[in-house]
Amino acid sequence: MKILILDLLKCTGCCACEYACSFQHTGVFNPLNSRIEVNIFLEDLSFVPTLCLQCEKAYCAEVCPTSALTKNDQTGVVDFDKDRCIGCKQCIVACPWGSVKLNHKGKEIIKCDNCAGDPACVKVCSAKALTFEEVEDVVLAKQKRTAVLLKEIGKDLAKGVSS
Amino acid sequence: MIKGGFQGKVLRVNLTSGEIRVEDLKEEWAEKFIGGRGYGTKIMYDEVDPTIDPLSEKNKVIIATGPLGGTFAPSSGRTMVITKGPLTGTIACSNAGGYFGPALKQAGFDLVIIEGKAKEPVYLWIYKGITELRPATDLWGKLVDETDKLLREKTHPQAETMEIGPAGEKQSLLANVMFNGHRAAGRTGVGAVLGSKNFKGIAVRGNQEVKVAEPEEFREAVTKTREILSKDAFSGGGAAMLGTAMLVNVLNSIGAFPTKNSQDAYFPEAEKISGETLRERNLLRNEACSSCPIGCGRVTEIKEGKYKGAQGGGPEYESVWSLGAMCGISDLDAVLMANYLCDKYGMDTISAGVTVACAMELYEKGYLPKEDAPFPLTFGSGEAVVEAIKLMGEQKEKLGKLLAQGSYRLAEYYKHPELSMSAKKQEFPAYDPRGVKGIGLQFATSNRGACHVRGYTIAAEVLSGAVDRLKYEGKAELVKTFQDLTAALDSTGICLFTTFGLGGGDIALLLSTATGFQVGEKEFMQIGERIWNLERLFNLRAGFSRKDDTLPPRILKEPIKSGPSKGEIEELDKMLADYYKVRGWDNDGVPGEGKLKELELVVD
Repeated sequence: MKILILDLLKCTGCCACEYACSFQHTGVFNPLNSRIEVNIFLEDLSFVPTLCLQCEKAYCAEVCPTSALTKNDQTGVVDFDKDRCIGCKQCIVACPWGSVKLNHKGKEIIKCDNCAGDPACVKVCSAKALTFEEVEDVVLAKQKRTAVLLKEIGKDLAKGVSS
Repeated sequence: MIKGGFQGKVLRVNLTSGEIRVEDLKEEWAEKFIGGRGYGTKIMYDEVDPTIDPLSEKNKVIIATGPLGGTFAPSSGRTMVITKGPLTGTIACSNAGGYFGPALKQAGFDLVIIEGKAKEPVYLWIYKGITELRPATDLWGKLVDETDKLLREKTHPQAETMEIGPAGEKQSLLANVMFNGHRAAGRTGVGAVLGSKNFKGIAVRGNQEVKVAEPEEFREAVTKTREILSKDAFSGGGAAMLGTAMLVNVLNSIGAFPTKNSQDAYFPEAEKISGETLRERNLLRNEACSSCPIGCGRVTEIKEGKYKGAQGGGPEYESVWSLGAMCGISDLDAVLMANYLCDKYGMDTISAGVTVACAMELYEKGYLPKEDAPFPLTFGSGEAVVEAIKLMGEQKEKLGKLLAQGSYRLAEYYKHPELSMSAKKQEFPAYDPRGVKGIGLQFATSNRGACHVRGYTIAAEVLSGAVDRLKYEGKAELVKTFQDLTAALDSTGICLFTTFGLGGGDIALLLSTATGFQVGEKEFMQIGERIWNLERLFNLRAGFSRKDDTLPPRILKEPIKSGPSKGEIEELDKMLADYYKVRGWDNDGVPGEGKLKELELVVD
């Protein structure tokens, strides 16, 4: 299963992901209609994107009274069916990440759908802070990074033992 | 007909009467001048007498976005500030990155026209159809970063801001208009005009959409242009890796890196202030403006010494040079500190550094007497630069007041105006014309005084090496091409740095698919030429003439003393007449009737 991966340290705060997301979903540009949000801290010029994590235990889907939100076990995405939504906003309350949002008119629920497997945000992220990867690959890559680190530490430890 | 890109509305704010009016964008103007710099210049030309005192109530300030702003077109976060510049007395357009322009469009406006003068300090708040002038008495005197923070506290935590700092309030001729607390529209003293109007800034938060005319074609054009940019050495990697300061070693290595007020053009200690050193010692992370895939911005910190812990945006190449090499300084921490201070006061780093360098030469030659200098103004003293910037920013003591007027007026006061490295009284940027011939012609003919970003011939003369930097032949055409391309580009809302990869045709495609205009490369370049000529007409009416299209005697007569360009001078006359001819102007640099007709520019 592919998931959106965020490397916080790489984000430059350009917000192109927000423009791409809103354009993909609405055909016009409006960051308020973006499913992904880049939080900009001007006081120290740091940038933190937040996005839907497609939770396995999806509170948004659990509280939804009309099953407008449902976890899709095949794609891993929490799907949103606009036609079933009654606008009760319980999903917004339930989401721990603030990733279920209201659109620019403050009326309709909007939520990340991974663009059906080809996320628009990833395509414009030139800093590569956002990537769309197989979750197994991500785990392996992380293990590898940790292992390389441990290997170096191990070498130093070995030196300590031999002396 | 406009089908997208523009929001179609202009906000006119009269500070004298307090009246705020929403007007329609003129479609005919948009087709002829696009938005941003072009449209703003047209307003200035039609509405403002070019002979006025720039700091009088009669001047206007136009804050302009372009049709590509607020989309995912590459590097589309620019905001243009157009006015009559007080440093030069010419038409002025300074622009900055950040997030303000796109936010203004999301609020429904392409441009804001500020006119008149408020009795007490005010700021403008634009939010969901509300436009309101609010008192700013408690903001007056605040530094730029403080103002940004306070404006957001007073309005909306996610508002985007435009502001002036103490330099603008005190009408320093080096004052910037700042955006988001750290991005600078930083040349020609545009901030002083807002200061003269008692106008502290704007906070804006919008919720409207930006449409484009042909969504699918636009998406393709954006994908294509982003792809091109990702493959260029500068825009696709170098800029993100080293920032614009990557140019330090490039320009120094060819001996075109002005040093100690241009007494030389080679700085033996350049490595210490290079982009490479900056990355190693001070870089915290990269920063990019709205929708920018290039990401040249730096967030840096001073990690040791007496300025330890200070943080901020930048410095850029120009700032590292002006506050560094131009003052003979290789102490990078002092350069960073001076750069942060310029941002806080809201002062142009280029002009500020070059003005300090001028003061240093005046001091060392004995023209600026010791009793006027609160501390020794010696080349190479990092502390002297930092202290001089403070004096300048706060306009303390006699020297601070003089420095705040820029190098030309400072040098003139001490009877040696020839020591000001400026054209039309605006300080040089970081390229020595003696070592790069075409850029000298650009400095001399630029419509806003000495400037690199009106026609960046460096791209061809140095970076790509397509043209021999030391030859004079063909430079007139080269300068014209770059000037016209930039004038059109500055009117679209995207950043000049996109031209490292993109040509006029690529940008015309973005523009056409966004707006619905039928603009090819040829038409795009002609729009640029039209804007350039209109700016020239404004300046001619303001009293400028051929005699002002010149460079300081040092550049024309004193050979470079050392380095790879040793012995070179700039023979401007070998290019200037040629340039007028290429432009279709007469020998005095005046556009003839034929040219104006061709460009559909109406003469009075």
